[in-house]
Amino acid sequence: MMSIVEFGRKLRAGETSVAAMTDECLRRIERDNESLNAFILVMAEEARRQAREADEELAAGTDRGPLHGVPVSIKDLVDVRGTATTAASRVREGHRADRDAPIVANLRQAGAVIVGKTNLHEFAFGTTNEDSAFGPVRNPYDPMRSPGGSSGGSAVSLVAGMALGTVGTDTGGSVRIPAAACGTVGLKPSFGEISSEGVVPLSPTLDHVGPLASTVIDAWYLYRALLGRRAVRPLTAVPVGSLRLAVARRYFCDLLDDEVRARFDSGLEALRAAGARIDDIDIPHADLIPSVYLHIVLGDAAAYHAPMLETMPERYTPAVRSRLEIARYVLAEDYVRALAGREMLRREVDQALSGYDALVLPTLPIPAPPLGATSVRVGTKEEPVRSLMLRLTQLFNLTGQPAVSLPCGRTASGLPCGLQLVGTRMQTDGLVKVALAVEDVIGGEEPPLSSPRVEDNPIWGY
Amino acid sequence: MTVDAWLRAAIADAEERRLPELKPLLEGLALATGALRAGTLTHEAASAPLHHAQPATTGNAGSAAHPPDGPSR
Repeated sequence: MMSIVEFGRKLRAGETSVAAMTDECLRRIERDNESLNAFILVMAEEARRQAREADEELAAGTDRGPLHGVPVSIKDLVDVRGTATTAASRVREGHRADRDAPIVANLRQAGAVIVGKTNLHEFAFGTTNEDSAFGPVRNPYDPMRSPGGSSGGSAVSLVAGMALGTVGTDTGGSVRIPAAACGTVGLKPSFGEISSEGVVPLSPTLDHVGPLASTVIDAWYLYRALLGRRAVRPLTAVPVGSLRLAVARRYFCDLLDDEVRARFDSGLEALRAAGARIDDIDIPHADLIPSVYLHIVLGDAAAYHAPMLETMPERYTPAVRSRLEIARYVLAEDYVRALAGREMLRREVDQALSGYDALVLPTLPIPAPPLGATSVRVGTKEEPVRSLMLRLTQLFNLTGQPAVSLPCGRTASGLPCGLQLVGTRMQTDGLVKVALAVEDVIGGEEPPLSSPRVEDNPIWGY
Repeated sequence: MTVDAWLRAAIADAEERRLPELKPLLEGLALATGALRAGTLTHEAASAPLHHAQPATTGNAGSAAHPPDGPSR
């Protein structure tokens, strides 16, 4: 997995071309997509045309900046002109976008080459990518495991070298969860920063658009492009010795897999050893997070899906249909209670951040779960996969602060773990500066995945 | 409407609509609704001044609150 920065250096040094990089991504898609199932649509012909144009522009002296000629993939929840936005659902059969979503137009303007549209949990309503009209996405680190979701195809496209950057959406963690499960960086900017026009909604109250990339600075370049702003010069890291971080252990560290806890504690120790100050703080009403989140996301999803549930319920995958059907029973009074709870939690997170550069917590309490698992063992108890996957990320969809997941080592069996940083609202650049410093300390000890472990697994392909 | 009354009505409606598979999901949602209501969440409470000292705790204080196995992602 080459970084965007490394590709840009080689491109401008004449050591590679956009056409060559695009061909390499398409070759990997052709080789591995049948088994990983990351892409719903591969746009090979258009990508090669864009690549030729990008090379010609550069040769003529026009350099669009850090994303010039960078092959990227787009979650198939986002409109790309001339293609269907399937949302991984048969409900969307016959759809064709007649124009680009603004974020796609912004990426094109920044010079990105779009290689295709990636698989997801149907309508982004899930965190495992098991329920998709196009079949499940598989984790390149272990094909019998979930890549996380709902932007699982996006994360896999990146990790498997099918794109150098990718765009996902995050309603309860759907950028950060697959980033953690697949060992990449996933950035959820502040709520409302990036346009969600032309993106199929799950919950307009909670939906965010965000990039995944192999490094923090790559993710920032993508974030700037999604905003429609060119990055004139790269951000620089906050000096790690001046970092003030806060850990909320109650609730957020109560329920962790032993290996995830060990990697997280090692990361904190490394940061302390590098001079960062790390204090314990508390989010007083953290126990209410799942209930507040649930009533808002269900209420919003029901409002959008009710017409389709009336006219074509059989087109949904069974699990997603059932969850949408129960959403229709949420009472207005409970939705309003949940909105009040969101305000309370927002103020508590704002206060927790007061005096600190960021909150730090694990991204996922468990490594990538096996496909099909409804529960996994944490300590001595079986815990439901669904609530575990969302447990540490959904709060910041409710409260709107920017959050980023970074790779934080691997388990003994090689599965990635993620560390999450949360910054002050509407200060995404500030969070990225912190993340750059943290990445310097905790990142880099593991080689990137160069190829899926096809040969390692005897039941690969089933 | 109490959570119990809501749950009974929702299950009856789901069965009438020939969707009996919703019952366990509705029961999970009822647990979450009970927790939400127990939190006495009102807009007045949400806008009241916070009284919690920050930083507040050290170490692994507190017990794990099991989140409801809700249906949402």
